[in-house]
This record gives sequence, C-alpha cells and structure tokens, in this order.
Amino acid sequence: MKKTLLSFGAGLLFAAGLGVGGMTHPGKVVAFLDIFGNWDPSLAFVMAAAIATYATIVRIATRRRAPVYGGSFPARNGGRIDARLLLGASVFGLGWGVAGLCPGPAIVSVATGDPKILVFGVSMLAGVWIFRVRSR
Amino acid sequence: MVEFTPVASAIGGILIGLAAGLLYLFNGKISGVSGILGSATIDPSPWRAAFLGGLVFGGIVLNLMWPTTMGAPLQRSYAAMIIAGVAVGFGTQLGGGCTSGHGVCGISRGAGRSVAATLTFMAVGMLVVLLVRTVAGGSL
Repeated sequence: MKKTLLSFGAGLLFAAGLGVGGMTHPGKVVAFLDIFGNWDPSLAFVMAAAIATYATIVRIATRRRAPVYGGSFPARNGGRIDARLLLGASVFGLGWGVAGLCPGPAIVSVATGDPKILVFGVSMLAGVWIFRVRSR
Repeated sequence: MVEFTPVASAIGGILIGLAAGLLYLFNGKISGVSGILGSATIDPSPWRAAFLGGLVFGGIVLNLMWPTTMGAPLQRSYAAMIIAGVAVGFGTQLGGGCTSGHGVCGISRGAGRSVAATLTFMAVGMLVVLLVRTVAGGSL
C-alpha cells in the first residue's frame, strides 16, 4: 500500500516537473531540437537539473542495502550498445522530433483533451503494443 | 516564439529528479516512463498503474490550475501525429528507454547505453526538426 501510494505521488510530482520545466510544451521541445534555427536551450536545463538531483539521490540510496519500503535495488544494466538500442533510439527520436512529445508529457497532456494529443497517445500505445506482441 | 526559461526549466528538472529519486529510494524502481508503460502492458502491477495514474492525475491538475503549462500541439496533420505516436511507442520499447529512462535515470546511473541512446534520439530529433523546417516549411 505504501509502495503504491508513493508511486502515485512520484507520478504526480513527475508530472509537475514536466509541466514546470516546459516538457509539456511541444513547441518548446522542438525549439530545443531546433539547434540550427531558433534554438531554445531551456530543456537542457531540465535534463541537467534532473540528472544532478537524481544522481544525488541514487548515491544516497546506494548506501542502503535495500529500498526504504523493502524489495531490492535494480541491478546495474551493463548491456552492450547494439543495433537494437540505436535503432530504437532513432525511431523514437524521429517521432519525438515530429510531434515534440515523448511518453511522459504525452500521458500528462492527455488531460487537455486535445484531439491531436489523444491521437498521438493512442498511436503511442499501439506502437508499444506492436512491439510487445512482436516480441512474444 | 519561445523564450529561454532557465529558472523554470531547472526547477522542473529538480522536481523530475526528485520524483524519480523518491521512486528509486523508497521503491527501488526506475522511473523510465516508456519502460513502466511497456511493462504495464504485460504485467500491470500496482506500482506501475499508480505511477501512470499519478502522471494522468497530475496532468488533470495542471490543466485545471495552471493551464499555461500545457502547450498547444504543433501544426501537424493527424497522419503525422499517428506516425509520430507509433514511432515513439515502438522506438522507446525497442531502444529500451526514453528521455526519462535513458536521459535522466540511465545517464545518472552511469550507463553507457543510456548515453548512447540519448545522444542518438537527440541527434535524430534535431535532424528531423531541421528537415521539417527547411523541407516541409515548418508544418507536417
């Protein structure tokens, strides 16, 4: 129960961060990616601040033997940089560059009820499902 | 015309890092949204549903109380949004992460894979934006 509530709270806080940081503004995302044009580096600040904050907390967490609510910490993913990774990242980058939306902001923005965002969201779920069905 | 917002963006980033950090410290889970979403389709565990629910609820609250945080979608046809959506959904699963999973969590934990993935999706995103602007005149 505690774990579930904490997860909900984390999702809420995450959404707030996306909103305050500007990630829920597709225009701002594209402006960050418009490095050869009207460049807005703001999102670099989002990522840098997020990494600095998260890395600090992870460091604190690593001193513990287990998470506060029990269970275990995930193993370090020492996987290879392979074609799947790079291809997947490229396909993701393509979609992100076109719509200015990545999974988190897309889910958060569904609340606006904007039809184009809803269509994106459903398509994203379809893309997830296609992968999951294919890899079974 | 978008403006440079270093302070708001940094604060947003801190909140994201805090949210992700709390999920890690207390529950030992990685807050990669694409990972949580993808895993939820085969194993809808309570913590995943709760996190995703928090995102949705957070969106509802933002939209009601601070609607200016929600930007309008770009000038894109429905076809473009469908293709982009499928690409984001499929690509994040194939690549094992997104801006939160690889970009924040992976890089913070020193994963070379995540650095490579992040550089890749950023570079491709930048190329796509350049092409849309120069070849398609800014709308799709």
